[in-house]
Amino acid sequence: MEATTKEREVLLEVKDLDVTFRNGRKCVEAVKKANFKIFKGETFALVGESGSGKTTIGRAIIRLNQTAGGEILFKGKRINCKLSKSEAHDLVREMQMIFQDPAASLNERATIDYCVGEGLDNFHLYADREERRQKIDTVLDAVGLLPEHKTRYPHEFSGGQRQRIGIARAIVMEPDLIIADEPISALDVSIRAQVLNLLNKFQKERGLTYLFIAHDLSVVRYFSDRIAVIHKGVIVEVAETEELFAYPLHPYTRSLLQSVPIPDPRIEKAKTVISYRPTEPDPSEEYHLREIVDGHFVYCSSKEVESFRQRHEKGAKEREEVLAQIKARFAESQN
Amino acid sequence: MQMTNGEKYILRVRNLGVKFKVRDRELTAIRNVSMDFERDKVVAIVGESGSGKSVFTKTFTGMLDNNGHISQGEIWFDGEDLAQFKSDRNWLKIRGKKIATVFQDPLTSLNPVRTIGFQISEVIMKHQGKSRAEAKRMAIELMTRVGLTDAENRYNEYPFQYSGGMRQRIVIAIALACRPEILICDEPTTALDVTTQAQIIELIKDLAKEYGFTTIYITHDLGVVANVADIVAVMYAGQIVERGTVEEVFYDPRHPYTWGLLSSLPQLGDASQELFAIPGTPPSLFHKVVGDAFAPRSEFALGIDFEEEPPMFKITDTHYAKTWLLDSRAPKFEKPELIRDLHEKMLALTSKGGVYGSND
Repeated sequence: MEATTKEREVLLEVKDLDVTFRNGRKCVEAVKKANFKIFKGETFALVGESGSGKTTIGRAIIRLNQTAGGEILFKGKRINCKLSKSEAHDLVREMQMIFQDPAASLNERATIDYCVGEGLDNFHLYADREERRQKIDTVLDAVGLLPEHKTRYPHEFSGGQRQRIGIARAIVMEPDLIIADEPISALDVSIRAQVLNLLNKFQKERGLTYLFIAHDLSVVRYFSDRIAVIHKGVIVEVAETEELFAYPLHPYTRSLLQSVPIPDPRIEKAKTVISYRPTEPDPSEEYHLREIVDGHFVYCSSKEVESFRQRHEKGAKEREEVLAQIKARFAESQN
Repeated sequence: MQMTNGEKYILRVRNLGVKFKVRDRELTAIRNVSMDFERDKVVAIVGESGSGKSVFTKTFTGMLDNNGHISQGEIWFDGEDLAQFKSDRNWLKIRGKKIATVFQDPLTSLNPVRTIGFQISEVIMKHQGKSRAEAKRMAIELMTRVGLTDAENRYNEYPFQYSGGMRQRIVIAIALACRPEILICDEPTTALDVTTQAQIIELIKDLAKEYGFTTIYITHDLGVVANVADIVAVMYAGQIVERGTVEEVFYDPRHPYTWGLLSSLPQLGDASQELFAIPGTPPSLFHKVVGDAFAPRSEFALGIDFEEEPPMFKITDTHYAKTWLLDSRAPKFEKPELIRDLHEKMLALTSKGGVYGSND
């Protein structure tokens, strides 16, 4: 078992983050009072549907979106404010991003040598040409590409290969945090596993920390240590992965997890859909993330805490009952 | 040759081949595919992009791109061979009317400058010859049926005012306006969120019962397949390499490609080990494929796989697979350890979370 959450080193902390987009007079609150911590060396997943604000949070962390309120602390230092040129410059190296669409995120007029080496050039991360060559060859080899690929252009590669180039150009900077924004959604099923294995390998070898932004929960379950579920700009639940799957407490999380199709016809055909209807918040209550059990947070009012605790206690029994129902329904259909 | 489908089969495809001209080269997208579609059974066609699953079903409605043509074979539907159709005039009585399609991206299948109501009632007026007022009444009825609340007021709205899930509901409403006999769903939920996906899948299931159409699903998501399908056809490099009932394909797969697809499911992944990944990439269909197209990527490939194309071997009355492993002379291989007892493994996983009771 890992150490309890309190003792681990925090790499990134987001406190009461607000992000607002303005279009003329219209204001859209894309992220409302987001709170979470990412520990060093873990994979933290942000999960939600499109438009929920998960990418916006990722982009705010890497300083692509302006924040309207709250704090983002990286290695204990606030980064969502005006920084000196050198501080901002260092952050670019320390935090790297892998994008969803590998075709759009690579410069199509540049060779792979340039695409991967661009960061090294900008930061003078090599003593001479030889060291630069070596660094690029090593990282290309690590992602399963060959040195002769360096003179080619992005369009000459398949989607999976392009995504590996995207990973190579992030890894070569030796960052501390990688924000992976739906890195496998645009890839084919048989290629996804290759890219996930690669990300896993780098984490083990280099102790990287990932912020994994995704909507495919079956992948998230395999790949991440902790999950934050976000709905309409509000983080509704944060917990360790297996804890969240075993004891989803917030109604939205429950309907989200239930919607993930399970690749097993007997289970899948017997399952029912839970639809989520948001309840009106009580205006006299204060809503924020509250700890229900150790390390498991739910967005709720102080009044609701007790009912969530009860639901948690009943969790294991509930799953047994549902599974028994599924088995019974299957037996019925056989007769 | 005249072929009647009888009561059992709604559509029968024989030795179908499709070729595309790309600049001065020729690409063979479908290579000699035969398949019968049973009435009222949901068929799911699975495969990675480029395997030809969309092209295959596009031949049923004559919607191949201009550079593509049917090079061989027959498609029997309603006493006619659709492969012989030359002009759009022939297709008019089939496409949209008897065989309708729901595409992946609802935004591109709707006209952005026409109201939702216009687009539904247009179809009703054209194919069923109803008056404008009658069509409007039917359109509103359909909109309500596919789950739009307040259909009367939303009749005059434009596609951009609808969310992705709502748009897909509208596309389904348009497809159903003519009461088709076959509904082809080409990745209908890939662009949608999981919660919406679950609702749309339920909707299509309910409507199939109510309107009595036969559904053909195209998808790459094995979870969706497990939910919707009665029959599964696995496509690879322009051919159906395995087909059977959903339970046969999931619990007793025979083709190494199906083994690979199932093995790479993230649900079977163990965090301490690497996920299984099928090595290599699919073959280029610009060149003639010799032998079994999957052989270069398969660890179970035999010598003959590189020389001669395997025939469809029959396993049961409903289960067929195109691999030399089923030949009586072939060495006996068992499917990979990872996908044995799939149901027990999935049950074990689900017991740790994945299915829950209601929200109340």
